[in-house]
Amino acid sequence: MSVLSYQEAGCQAVAEEMRRDGRVWALGEDLGRGGVFGQYKGLLEEFGPERIADTPISEATIMGASVGAALAGTRPVVEMRFADFALCAMDEMVNQAAKARFMFGGQARVPLVIRQPSGMWRSSAAQHSQSLEAWYTHIPGLVVAAPYTPADNKGMLKSAIRCDDPVIYIEHKDNWALEGEVPDEDDYLVPLGAARLAREGKDLTLVTWSKMVGVAAQAAELAAAQGIGIEIIDLRTLWPWDQDMVFASLEKTKRLLVVHEAVQVGGFGAEIAATVAEHMAHELIAPIRRLGAPRAPISYAKPLEDLLRITPEKILSTVVSQIGT
Amino acid sequence: MSNNSSHNIDRDRLVDLYRTMRRIRAFEETAEAASLSGQIGGAVHLSIGQEAIAAGVCANLRLSDQITTTHRGHGHCIAKGTDPGAMMLELFGKEGGTCGGKGGSMHIADFEVGMLGANGVVAAGIPIAVGAAHGAKLLGEDRVVVCFFGDGAINRGPFMEGLNWAAIFKLPVLFVCEQNGFASTTHSDAVTAGAGANARAESMGIEAFEIDGNDVAAVDGLVGDLVPRIRAGGGPLFLSARTYRLKGHTSVDPALYRDQDHAADQWRHDPLKRAGEELRRLGLSDDELSAIDSAAEGEMRRVSETADAADHPDLAHAYDDIQDIGAPVWEAGS
Repeated sequence: MSVLSYQEAGCQAVAEEMRRDGRVWALGEDLGRGGVFGQYKGLLEEFGPERIADTPISEATIMGASVGAALAGTRPVVEMRFADFALCAMDEMVNQAAKARFMFGGQARVPLVIRQPSGMWRSSAAQHSQSLEAWYTHIPGLVVAAPYTPADNKGMLKSAIRCDDPVIYIEHKDNWALEGEVPDEDDYLVPLGAARLAREGKDLTLVTWSKMVGVAAQAAELAAAQGIGIEIIDLRTLWPWDQDMVFASLEKTKRLLVVHEAVQVGGFGAEIAATVAEHMAHELIAPIRRLGAPRAPISYAKPLEDLLRITPEKILSTVVSQIGT
Repeated sequence: MSNNSSHNIDRDRLVDLYRTMRRIRAFEETAEAASLSGQIGGAVHLSIGQEAIAAGVCANLRLSDQITTTHRGHGHCIAKGTDPGAMMLELFGKEGGTCGGKGGSMHIADFEVGMLGANGVVAAGIPIAVGAAHGAKLLGEDRVVVCFFGDGAINRGPFMEGLNWAAIFKLPVLFVCEQNGFASTTHSDAVTAGAGANARAESMGIEAFEIDGNDVAAVDGLVGDLVPRIRAGGGPLFLSARTYRLKGHTSVDPALYRDQDHAADQWRHDPLKRAGEELRRLGLSDDELSAIDSAAEGEMRRVSETADAADHPDLAHAYDDIQDIGAPVWEAGS
C-alpha cells in the first residue's frame, strides 16, 4: 500500500496499463504537460509523444478519431478535459462509439475510456461544473463509472482500460487532491459494476457515488450523534449498477435515500428509486427520497454556487424526515 | 491542381473498372426497385452516376487498406470487395446480412475487406477514418485509409477538425470529396461559402487535386499516383471528384427541386456510358460489353431473390453485441 492522491492513482493506472499493453495510448488537450489537472504527469517522459498525444482543441475529433483508432486495433484513453466539453463530442460518443459494435453486427469492438472530469469545485460557473453522468446511463452500449476513492480510481481505471466496451469514466474535480491507501500491485483491478459498502448502518440505506460519498460520510457522522445509523453504498459504477447490494441493504434498513450532485430531475437517482419501488416498495417503511441539485445552472458567485451544493446538513435533514415518518 | 486528361489505360484494366461500375449500377437499380416495391423498408440512398469514383479509387487499394463511407456508400463497399449478396440481405434486414440485418443500408460494414462502416451522420466518417489512420501509424502498419464523403459534408465541423488532425499528425489518409452537387435536397453551391473543398484543404497545407469523377480511367490513374505517396509516409492528400447524383436524395425522392432539363442532360455524362464508349474505341465488341452488363444484372437479380426469400434475424439478436458489461438480458418469449 502507498498513500496516493486520486490524481496520482489515476496516473499510475494509465502508466501501468500502457506498460502492460502497447496498444494503449492516451490523447487529449495538454496531455504533454501532464494534463490540465496533472493526471498524466510524467507519462510523456516515459512513453513519448506518440502514445501521450497532445491534440488540437477538437473534442469531436478527439472522440471520433479515438473511435477509428479503436476500430483499427488500438485502445485509446480519451481525455475530454471537462465533462462539459465532452458535449462537443456527443455524436461521436453516442452515435458512433456506443453503437458501432451493434450496428456492424458484432464485427468490431470499440475499446476506449472516455475520461470526463466532472462536478462543482470553486467558482467555475455553468460550463465547467456540471455532473452529467445520468445522460450516459441512458445510452445502450456505454458503461458509466464514477469512482470516489483513490484506490478505486486506480483499480477501476485499469478495469476500464482493459474493458472492450466504451466506458464513460467520471472523475470528480474536487477529488484530485483526496488522498488514500492505494494497493501497489500492478494487477490491482476493481471490477466495473460492483458497488462498495462504504459504511454500515441499520436505519437507512444511502446510495450515492463520486464526491458525494465523502459528503454522505460527514452526514452519517452527524446522524450517528443523533443515534441514527446510515448505511452508505458507494455505487462506483452507474451502468451497470449493483442492484444486488442495494436490495440486500434495503432488506435490513427498509429506508432508501439516493444522493447525487447532479440535478435531481431526471437524475440517476430516479432510476434507482423507481427500480427499488418496482421490486420492494411493500417492504419499505418510509417513502423513498432523492436528494439532488435544483434544476438551475450553476452560478459563479460563491453564495449562489453554494446554494446548489448538497451538504451534510441537507442530507441529515432529509434522513431525519425519513426516519420520522 | 487539376488533372482532367483521360489516361492511356490498359484495356483489361478498363474492362475490370467497367465491370465494377456495372455491378454497382445493377446493385443500385435492384435496390431501387426493391425499395419502391416495399421489399426494403428503410431509406436507400443511391449512388447512380457516381460509380466511377468508387471503382477508380478502390482499384488502387490493397485488401488491408481501409475505407469509411457515407449513407450513399453501396458503391464503395462493392468496389472494396464486399459481397453484394450479404449487402442485399442487409438492405432487406435479413439474416446473413453484412451486419446481421441490424444496420441496414446506412451502416454496412465489412471489416474483412477493410470497410470500416458507412455512416448515417454526414461527415461523421471523417474523424473515424483519420483515427483509423492514426491507429495504423501507432501500430506501425503501412495501410492507407480512404475517407469518402460528399460536398454536403464540408460544412460540418468534423471536416475542418479531421483535415487539421490528419495534417498535423501526417496521417496516411486520402480524402475523397464526391462533389455530386447536392447537400441532401439543397444545391451545395447555395450553402457553401468561398472557393470550396479544395481551397479549404489547401488552407491546412493539404495538397488537393480535382478531377472529372465520371471518367473512371482518369480517377484510376490519378489515385494510382496518390496512394503510393501516402503509403510512403507523405501525409494526407485530398481529391475532389466532380460528379452528379443522377437520382434523388433517396430512392423515393423525385428530386423536383432541380432543373429537370439540366438533370436529364446529365445522363449524357453517365460514367458507364463514357467508359463503354472508350471500351468500344479500344476494340471491345457490343456483345462483349453486353455480356458484362447481363452478368452484373443477373448477379444482382439473384441476390435480390435470395434476400427476399431469406429469414429475418432471430429476435434474440436485438439484444446481442451491445456491450459485455451491463448488457441487456434477453428472455425468450418475453
